[in-house]
Amino acid sequence: MSGLRAWLTEPVPHSRAQARAQAWWLAWCAFRANPMAMLGLGLVLLLVLVALSAPWIAGRSPFEQDLANRLSPPSAEHWLGTDELGRDIWARIVWGSRITLAIVGIVVVIVGPLGLLVGTVAGYLGGWVDTVLMRLTDVFLAFPRLILALALAAALGPGIENAILAIAVTAWPPYARLARAETLTIRNSDFIAAAIVQGASTPRILLGHVVPLCLSSVIVRLTLDMAGIILTAAGLGFLGLGAQPPAPEWGAMIATGRQYVLDQWWVAAMPGAAIFLVSLGFNLLGDGLRDVLDPKRGAG
Amino acid sequence: MIEVEALEVTWGRGARAHRAVKGIDFALPAGGTFGLVGESGSGKSTVLKAIAGLAPVTGGVIRLSGRPLGARRDKGFRKSVQMVFQDPYGSLHPRHTVDRVLAEACAIHGLDRREARIVRILDEVGLGPAFRFRYPHELSGGQRQRVAIARALIVEPALLLLDEPTSALDVSVQAEILNLLLDLKEAHGLAWIFVSHNLAVVAQMCERVAIMNNGRIVEEVAARDLARANLREPYARQLLAASRGFDRAVARTLVTYD
Repeated sequence: MSGLRAWLTEPVPHSRAQARAQAWWLAWCAFRANPMAMLGLGLVLLLVLVALSAPWIAGRSPFEQDLANRLSPPSAEHWLGTDELGRDIWARIVWGSRITLAIVGIVVVIVGPLGLLVGTVAGYLGGWVDTVLMRLTDVFLAFPRLILALALAAALGPGIENAILAIAVTAWPPYARLARAETLTIRNSDFIAAAIVQGASTPRILLGHVVPLCLSSVIVRLTLDMAGIILTAAGLGFLGLGAQPPAPEWGAMIATGRQYVLDQWWVAAMPGAAIFLVSLGFNLLGDGLRDVLDPKRGAG
Repeated sequence: MIEVEALEVTWGRGARAHRAVKGIDFALPAGGTFGLVGESGSGKSTVLKAIAGLAPVTGGVIRLSGRPLGARRDKGFRKSVQMVFQDPYGSLHPRHTVDRVLAEACAIHGLDRREARIVRILDEVGLGPAFRFRYPHELSGGQRQRVAIARALIVEPALLLLDEPTSALDVSVQAEILNLLLDLKEAHGLAWIFVSHNLAVVAQMCERVAIMNNGRIVEEVAARDLARANLREPYARQLLAASRGFDRAVARTLVTYD
């Protein structure tokens, strides 16, 4: 361990791998110094951990009905109570974390690269490419996001996959705008001119020079938006266009708990608390990442 | 090496068009050194940008080794003509290490023995291996400019375009960089076009010097004549007088030439 630390803090790195590891180590040290960011990271890691170990910690099946025990309050038997069909809410939340994680993962994989690509290409090339791509972005931005997602989810048919797709398709335009704005400030800088003089091709400049500088703000924005994405997914589930029963999706669980919210509060409150914790985690993580990844901080 | 004939550059279009360079001619033999001096806005940097393909050429021809250059510069041109920018704080990518900058230059031009080249060029520009994995923000202005010079020279160009390479640096660091450039010229047999507003620097660094004003070359002289103040044109004489430091008597006599 002390050998590793010495390797990471050596003043003069000897190889590319060591230099890169040291840059990461410095960023990690800066991140670690922020307790709220660490709390956010902890919550997000907890979500991942719970999703991975669902079969072992859930205790029972999320679909197992026990009509004799329906709507029973939290107890030693059912930690978070049971819902209207007597299903264990703890088990459903644990299994539902997998759905939440899938939503988050797939949306990130689609939205980040798509927004970055559209934004940097539009900003860097300018001219008619910029006009076409940005008008397309405007078309998507002109509709309220949830309404567009609703329309898409309804057109594609209800289901969690289609809901994720609908969210991703409606979530990328702000990222394209963000990446384009960043690209415009980068485009005329000397280091881009230097890359052109060097003979770098346009794809090389875009991927190697422009994208790394836009990436940090996109990552930060993604983590901050993650809460909104989870809530949109929950909203679609709530409206019946997301995960279909009996899938233990948190938004759908709140939707069914709505009827009992006054007398059996735990049916809606428990998945609500789960959504709140995960959203909070991503928000805090995003705030912390913003401090670490800010290009003005300088370090890589 | 390079010939420039009736070169014109116009930025912008229509009502906002600005003719920065209004027809200039000069020629530079292989291994030769040519200086462009003038006040801010005289179009001297724009000439370099036009040669590098960074400015819109609207008239005239630029010939490299006798072949006229088209609107797009090819890889061959990029390998033989490199540029060093004025501001070492802006010309290096903030997220790229020195190593990445130099390795990328090798990758673009498909050079062999990259490891050896990087180590050697760092040594040549006076930065040891300790600087190889640093980021630009961990370097001083002079060190950054050395990296920029290393980046230009690692592809072994024949012509170097120097756009006020020392004007953003401290006076003592300026001298270091100028000496480094002279050493490297000797070692690599470089030709260069050196743009500066500093007449003394240009007279030191170049064999021939052109004095520019308002997008035109006013006078072209040998550096020797510039040093002896052997100038014909009134604007050139005025620029020289003004460059000798602030003097109220001179300041009162300044005239705007077109």
